[in-house]
Amino acid sequence: MILVLVETSLEGEAVEVSREAVTFARALSAAGGDRPIDAVTVGEPSADLVATLASYGVRRVHALTGDAFTSYAGAAWASGLISVQEQTGADLVMAAGTPRGNEVMAHVAARTDVAMAANVLAFEGLDPFVVTRQVVGGAALEEMRLGDRVAVLTVAGHAVEPRRAETPGAGELVVETPSIAEADLVARVVSTDEPEPDLSGALTSSRVVVGAGRGAGSADGFTDLLELTDLLGASLGVSRVVTSLGWRPHHEQVGQTGSRISPDLYIPCGISGAIQHWAGCASSKTILAVNTDVDAPMVTKATYAVIGDLHEVVPAINAEIRRRRG
Amino acid sequence: MVDVLVCVKRVVDSSSEVVLTDDAQAVDGRYAGFTMSAHEECAVELAVRAAADAGTTRVVTLGDEDAVEQLRHALAVGCSEATHVVADSSAFGPADVAREMAAVARDHDSQLVLLGNDAADSGDFQVGIRLAYALGWPVINGVSTVTVADGTVTASGTGPEGHETYEVPLPAVVTVLEGGVEPRYPTVTGRMKAKKVQIEEREPTTAPTGPSRVRLLLPPPAPSDVQILGNGPEAAPAVVDVLEQLGVLAR
Ligand SMILES: Cc1cc2nc3c(=O)[nH]c(=O)nc-3n(C[C@H](O)[C@H](O)[C@H](O)COP(=O)(O)OP(=O)(O)OC[C@H]3O[C@@H](n4cnc5c(N)ncnc54)[C@H](O)[C@@H]3O)c2cc1C
Repeated sequence: MILVLVETSLEGEAVEVSREAVTFARALSAAGGDRPIDAVTVGEPSADLVATLASYGVRRVHALTGDAFTSYAGAAWASGLISVQEQTGADLVMAAGTPRGNEVMAHVAARTDVAMAANVLAFEGLDPFVVTRQVVGGAALEEMRLGDRVAVLTVAGHAVEPRRAETPGAGELVVETPSIAEADLVARVVSTDEPEPDLSGALTSSRVVVGAGRGAGSADGFTDLLELTDLLGASLGVSRVVTSLGWRPHHEQVGQTGSRISPDLYIPCGISGAIQHWAGCASSKTILAVNTDVDAPMVTKATYAVIGDLHEVVPAINAEIRRRRG
Repeated sequence: MVDVLVCVKRVVDSSSEVVLTDDAQAVDGRYAGFTMSAHEECAVELAVRAAADAGTTRVVTLGDEDAVEQLRHALAVGCSEATHVVADSSAFGPADVAREMAAVARDHDSQLVLLGNDAADSGDFQVGIRLAYALGWPVINGVSTVTVADGTVTASGTGPEGHETYEVPLPAVVTVLEGGVEPRYPTVTGRMKAKKVQIEEREPTTAPTGPSRVRLLLPPPAPSDVQILGNGPEAAPAVVDVLEQLGVLAR
């Protein structure tokens, strides 16, 4: 049996990467044993959420409820998951490779004393259970063996497309209130401040992102790029070089140690496309690169490119947009 | 006063092309050179600040002889003591590393252990958490600010619903994400001081179980099918045509 931790948005919907993780679980199930898939949510799910998970093939939704789950504590979530794992006899426990997903799975693996594979992209075989996962920020892959008794893994974002099942699952709701030890509540979120309106939330949810790298030249080199951002109702995303040099704040950074974006259109200007940057923008639907170097990795990986100095190209694009809008 | 232990790892600088060793068990750093991940640079900075009022900051690494370079760097930016667990880090799995770090923390009576959230090479996302269980301490994961006062560590970072704060009594383990502090650069006097520090050398407490690695491989190169829209500002109309086709121009 497979147990998947499903994270929910503020609106109570299953986040996309969790739906991807359930889709991945289905592929594992189909590859051998037709193992049933149960989901675990924190807090009581809406009827809509249960129905969505059923449409993804979920048999039961175990909802972890009670005082221990009103604010986040990684150890408490893990303890709740393990109680469901023991009850159901699940031999695979997984989550999406989000900060929470990786954290909770690491707790589960440490407590059960088994290996954990973070950011899995695919599986090579079930017997032995070998997975391929991202290492070195996506610049290399690792084949890793898992699963003595219980296998623990997280699925890398966008490793698979989230897809509903051909035959939906029963989607039976089971409300659980496991008892959680005091020790598991010591490291617990004591307060959450609303994110400032302009922080990375806007960046990760934007349909269009304008990117800027070392090619911007200086902290003053962003005027045209910000105008383009404005004209397109887009967000600005930057490379690590830009944040390290203090040209722009860190919350605008895209990449392995910044935000991961998946806009319809990404317009990276003066960004070389190093693997650590690519890790954050690889799931953009279309990429239109502006770069002086026709051989830059960002150019060769893009859908479209303009070869030229961004300080000439971007103002020309802005002028053309204004002209067409009249 | 708090005695802090900060764990760092010598990793191959992967900002240029990544090459694997012949046995495909590790990334080859012969050409690219070595570094420390940005998360760990921030962890070092936070450790130095946390121990600023009369505490000690010990930096520890598990790595081969050359990893002393990363220890000296941490000493040059303010750590006061260093421990080197001399071993081939690629033969150690996350549970092995956690056990070794726990032994160092115990032997030196550390009250706070800081680590990077994940290593830049192996990307296991679990050493700090396993370490906390090995020590029987609470763990705060993935935060970018850490301060200590009156036996309590306060740490904060970005969560899915906003900026989150934790408050945990010492002793505790905290894993750090970059972005909350600006790591300082070593000064000349810092470097001189670092050279004089006697580094404690140790052997691993037991033989490692090893990572569950079968092998490393490189992702297949993606064929390029880029469409060049033009050169210089003359390409602007073609660009705006594409924006129109994609439907992102409408306001
Ligand atoms: C552990 C680790 C984590 C990292 N995490 C991240 C991360 O999260 N995000 C990130 O971005 N990086 C990250 N990096 C850094 C990454 O390896 C690169 O160094 C960085 O992305 C390069 O930024 P850049 O593209 O702006 O600069 P460069 O690589 O210097 O590229 C500049 C590009 O701009 C072009 N250019 C120059 N002038 C102009 C001009 N006038 N007009 C148009 N084009 C021009 C050049 O041809 C070149 O392609 C990380 C590195 C490590 C080791």
